[in-house]
Amino acid sequence: MTDVRSEIETSSAPAWAANRWLRLTSMILGGVLLLAVVQSVSDTSELTTSGTWAAALRLSVPIMLAGLGGMFSERSGIVNIGLEGMMIAGTWFGAWAGWSYGPWQGVLFGVAGGAVFGLIHAIATVTFAVDHIVSGVAINILAAGSMRFLSVVTYTPESGGGATQSPGIKSQIATFDVPVISDFFNWLEAKRIFFVSDASGIIAGLTSNLSWLTVIGLAIVPVSWWVLWRTAWGLRLRSCGENPYAAESLGVPVLRMKYYGVVISGALAGLGGAYLVVVQAGIYREGMTAGRGFLGLAAMIFGNWNPVGTMVGSTLFGYADALRLRQNEAVHALLLAVAIVLIVLAVWSAARRRYTPAIFEGIFGVLFFVWYITTDSVPSQVVAATPYLVTLLVLAMATQRLRMPAADGLRYRKGEAV
Amino acid sequence: MRRVLLASLAPISAIVFSLIVASIALMLVGRSPITAFGAMWDFARTSTSVASMINRAVPLYISAVAVAVGFQMGLFNIGVEGQYLLAALFAGWVGGNIVLWAPLHIAVILAVAIIVGMVWSGIAGALKVTRGVHEVISTIMLNFIGFSVIAFLLLNYFKDPNGSSLNLATPPLPPSGQLPNLNWLFGALGFSEPRGIDLHGFAVFAIVVGVFYYLLVWRTRFGYELRASGINPGAARMAGVNPNRMIMNTMLISGGVAGLVGLAAVFGNLQSYTQDFPRNLGFNGIAVALLGRNHPVGMALGALLFGFMDRSALILDLKDTPKEVVTIMQGVVVLAVVIAYEVVNRFIERLEIRSAAEATREAVEGAAA
Repeated sequence: MTDVRSEIETSSAPAWAANRWLRLTSMILGGVLLLAVVQSVSDTSELTTSGTWAAALRLSVPIMLAGLGGMFSERSGIVNIGLEGMMIAGTWFGAWAGWSYGPWQGVLFGVAGGAVFGLIHAIATVTFAVDHIVSGVAINILAAGSMRFLSVVTYTPESGGGATQSPGIKSQIATFDVPVISDFFNWLEAKRIFFVSDASGIIAGLTSNLSWLTVIGLAIVPVSWWVLWRTAWGLRLRSCGENPYAAESLGVPVLRMKYYGVVISGALAGLGGAYLVVVQAGIYREGMTAGRGFLGLAAMIFGNWNPVGTMVGSTLFGYADALRLRQNEAVHALLLAVAIVLIVLAVWSAARRRYTPAIFEGIFGVLFFVWYITTDSVPSQVVAATPYLVTLLVLAMATQRLRMPAADGLRYRKGEAV
Repeated sequence: MRRVLLASLAPISAIVFSLIVASIALMLVGRSPITAFGAMWDFARTSTSVASMINRAVPLYISAVAVAVGFQMGLFNIGVEGQYLLAALFAGWVGGNIVLWAPLHIAVILAVAIIVGMVWSGIAGALKVTRGVHEVISTIMLNFIGFSVIAFLLLNYFKDPNGSSLNLATPPLPPSGQLPNLNWLFGALGFSEPRGIDLHGFAVFAIVVGVFYYLLVWRTRFGYELRASGINPGAARMAGVNPNRMIMNTMLISGGVAGLVGLAAVFGNLQSYTQDFPRNLGFNGIAVALLGRNHPVGMALGALLFGFMDRSALILDLKDTPKEVVTIMQGVVVLAVVIAYEVVNRFIERLEIRSAAEATREAVEGAAA
């Protein structure tokens, strides 16, 4: 992704290069234009509708929350592959409190449930210096098992409940349309003007029928950026992930900071789980997280351990998922979009005399194009695998540009500086 | 003796701790832990239960060995899950579609499973060696990609056209691809034969894998280099061990062993790869490897313990006790055992520091006197 993004950034007029916001805007407009063009030449209508983008938003938020959780943990130097387990705890406790009390209580309990498993991960990895991966695997096994146990005990006797699912929650969280904007762009979307209506559909999808929890989830992106990069606390937390011994020598309470990072991580993953219950399903179903914790991890890596990057990654994954759910032909049209992007990239790389990447991009671009014109649909299993495949490709191609925290995953014991 | 005692201290205290946690969980929901554990113990002591326990332990053990090979050099293959499922799919499909002389037929199934496992783990190895992608991340991604590949292939190409559409499966193994059961072992040892459940013949391969693992790691040059790379990668490299080649070979061996995990079910009760094929054996294998501390015998005990828990839990439902308490125990035991190892290590470290300090003081005093 970093690759793609910077390429597109620099491909817009060089004079703009200094201005971040201008580049971002041109990138977004370019993306919308691409979708509009692809939509007009192929037999789909779902790429830019408000319905698709509303679904994409709802599907992205839980992935993003798990990813942001992973970021807090890894920025403090603790690898967290227990995100999935923490998310499972979030779904269970979210549904339990949502059913017993109400949706907002569900959110609180979901956060707390995730945080408890975060705390367990912190005790194991920070206090006892256990291997982070080992502890994460154990958390996933433990969380799945204990939630099953709790379901059997709590939900089996209830009507609508059972060993693998809870009764419905009391009510949903209120939704709202952003005043004026939502109406205006919904109206504009219906006009069917090339590009304008496409952009309007996207804006309308992102501003209509919004759940308050979605707003809170999205707000966490700038908040976590501000906390981590603009406060002393954030600097301390990140210093523990980069060089804990240096941090220690400057008086940073490293162990405590790592605890903060991992517990926040669990809380955010739990919030993601609660979101699945409270905003999407309305009940707890065993296995409803369906690997979203791992997807969050993928989105975080994809986003280079940054909040905005994590959001972009989750949006991409959520968008692919939304298209698959709404209209499979739309996914097929996406092949054309990918082909165009790759071929543009190839031309650009060649112009900058970077021939090896240019050849690869060109070959893959042509392959995607051939795939597009020779088939009518993309198997849904391929779409399901896409986020993982993309992450793997990004990791393989952009190792130079991705940088994880320097001391991420290393064991730290107080006072052991070499 | 003291070494064995110290080595078993951690797993035993972890098991005790997990029993305590499980007892608390049971008491919280108003069930008696003593009745529950008593019922489990009684239920597990029949030949049928023992056969089932071993059947359950076999794939866990092989999975643990697959993980342990990587652990020996600090390489974390958490992709066993995807590797064994994919391998079982291909092995089941190939095995169900050919008829050969029986030993050859079985050899073909084994070979397919090993090769598919190797290919899938080899991708992770190649990505690490050539592109520096961390194997934990790549194997997680490959797991999910593998699940999709399996779903796609099973639905579109590998399903048995005569089979049920409710539970897609590869064609069942013809007689020449089946392994005989080992029920006679019980009779030979003077016990009654198991009823309703066979002791699957594939158990023999678990023993072969265990012996292979022991010989490979402790009796070959490769094993020596493997352990050296795990303990001190820098020193190993200085001694001429090529780290990239080690990573690649270790991932391949780990994946090859992982490929065999699913065969326990293919040769066992399923006789094919089915849509509801047993899952999570890869992750539980990690638990068993940790419990047995990568030791061939320790892991066998750990696998049998997990097999015992899974089998004996079945009785709990009849006693109105949620059998899921066993899963909690398994989760707790993994976490507790790694923490316990850490605590025991720190304890030993402190003992050593103290005894070294005492020895120094004695030496100094002796010199002074």
